[in-house]
Amino acid sequence: MCPFAILPLPLSFKFVSLNTVWTMTSELLSIRDLGVQRNGRWLVRNINMSIQPGEIVTIIGPNGAGKSTLAKAAIGAIAPSEGSVTSVSGLVVGYVPQKLTIDATMPLSVDRLLQLTHRANSVQRHEALLACGVDHLRDAMVPHLSGGEFQRVLLARALLRQPNLLVLDEPVQGVDFAGEAALYDLIRQLRDTTGCGIMMISHDLHIVMAETDTVLCLNGHVCCSGTPDNVVSNPEYIRLFGGQAAASLAVYHHHHDHRHLPDGRVEHADGSITDDCHPNDGHHHAPHENLSNEAG
Amino acid sequence: MLDDFLVRAVVAGIGVAIVTGPLGCLIIWRRMAFFGDSLAHASLLGVALALALDMAPAFGVPLVTILACAVLLGFTRQTTFAADTILSIVAQSTLALGLVLISLIGSYEVSIMGVLLGDILAVSKQDIALIYGGGAIILAVLFRYWRRLVVATISHEIAVAENMSPRQSDAVFMFLIALVVAISLKLVGALLITALLIIPAATARRFSPTPEIMAAIAIMIGMTSLTSGIFASLHLDTPTGPTIILAGTIFFALSLLIPQRLFRKS
Repeated sequence: MCPFAILPLPLSFKFVSLNTVWTMTSELLSIRDLGVQRNGRWLVRNINMSIQPGEIVTIIGPNGAGKSTLAKAAIGAIAPSEGSVTSVSGLVVGYVPQKLTIDATMPLSVDRLLQLTHRANSVQRHEALLACGVDHLRDAMVPHLSGGEFQRVLLARALLRQPNLLVLDEPVQGVDFAGEAALYDLIRQLRDTTGCGIMMISHDLHIVMAETDTVLCLNGHVCCSGTPDNVVSNPEYIRLFGGQAAASLAVYHHHHDHRHLPDGRVEHADGSITDDCHPNDGHHHAPHENLSNEAG
Repeated sequence: MLDDFLVRAVVAGIGVAIVTGPLGCLIIWRRMAFFGDSLAHASLLGVALALALDMAPAFGVPLVTILACAVLLGFTRQTTFAADTILSIVAQSTLALGLVLISLIGSYEVSIMGVLLGDILAVSKQDIALIYGGGAIILAVLFRYWRRLVVATISHEIAVAENMSPRQSDAVFMFLIALVVAISLKLVGALLITALLIIPAATARRFSPTPEIMAAIAIMIGMTSLTSGIFASLHLDTPTGPTIILAGTIFFALSLLIPQRLFRKS
């Protein structure tokens, strides 16, 4: 019943035997030692993460860090080269892509888009659009939507499937700041009302949605992860962004214990240089450090 | 009734327009015009091979176009060469190989001009049977895969995430183009098949509120271009294939002059 191909099989079995089954059942999605290789280059490697129902996990990282690769591997669009992606049986994924490849010659209305991927009656479609605040756009043409409208329509489309996991790829890219706050507010509401887990790719390295439970900083591998700081009370921040907007955004302060050199090698905090930053290189005594709440 | 060459030509044209309408729409939505062109070039090799192996072009052409499809599909998995580089190589090499083969065989049965430009006024009853038989297969497959094809067109990732196997529908789509090229080769020839697919669909765009209506309008515009092209070529004593395409071009140009607000509520 699992919607994704879980490869390779032996690894999945190992995972089941090593961990208690009870903790697994509460995880919607579990990624273990994931690596994706293309043309001899690792796009991402040694990724470990999981998503619980009602949890919001935000992935941040520089361009080319492999954020979209990770999201695509999570939804099964990319087969892992190593490691495994395991999902709870009966998982329904609602995927909100960064953009659609709709050619301007395609006459597709919002309402038709909603019907394409899921059989829903007009009341359900209306409710999904209403929940995302775009019910007035039902007859609008998809190629004519603005960035924020478009993301809301895609969210409504994903909602119709009644997903228990929403995967959002840079949902606020191309959306202005007020729209970004409003969109985050909507995502939080959807989480609260449906209890679904949310995996969100962020376009911003430092600002994440305040409701985020776990931030994962990605740069080919998981550099660090933790909870975002609560900056709502920071007067500087509120003055800068306005109270309403600040309530839905948070700054994720983090520092890395190593940096990536232009030639692909890694310089560690102690000055040594290694070929990669995998846990077995002697620099990682524990799994990647948790750098939460280290606001400077 | 089919004894009149003019009736045969119109009946054949209508049969082809019914399948080129929806397929042409999918081609322009997916920006695959060049792909269709490549397969059309490959069809010349199909005619040559059929001659060399002494079998009917009706079998040789789809065989080669589907084979070319498989080669192109295989090449999409590599990333060194851009897709249009590969398409050009396959298109021009198969065309060249076809021309060389035909001249080596030295057959007078096949005129190269006929294969390149088509001869709709010479379609036989067998050709019509082929067009309607192949067309029925294409329509049946299209009907079954339509929703999946449209979803794979707007987002490959959504199609994967929601179990609509876009790779399968992509392969099905390529197979359909290979088939439509094979059945319409006789009408407008290898050089002009793509125009027959693209121009009616592009003309329909401005008047269409949904993908399905666009496909339906493209069918009607295709039929109109084919029939008016046939009669114009008789009247003007011009080659029929190119005249059909020009008729389509005129309809496209006219469609640009009509104000869009007449057709769509705001």
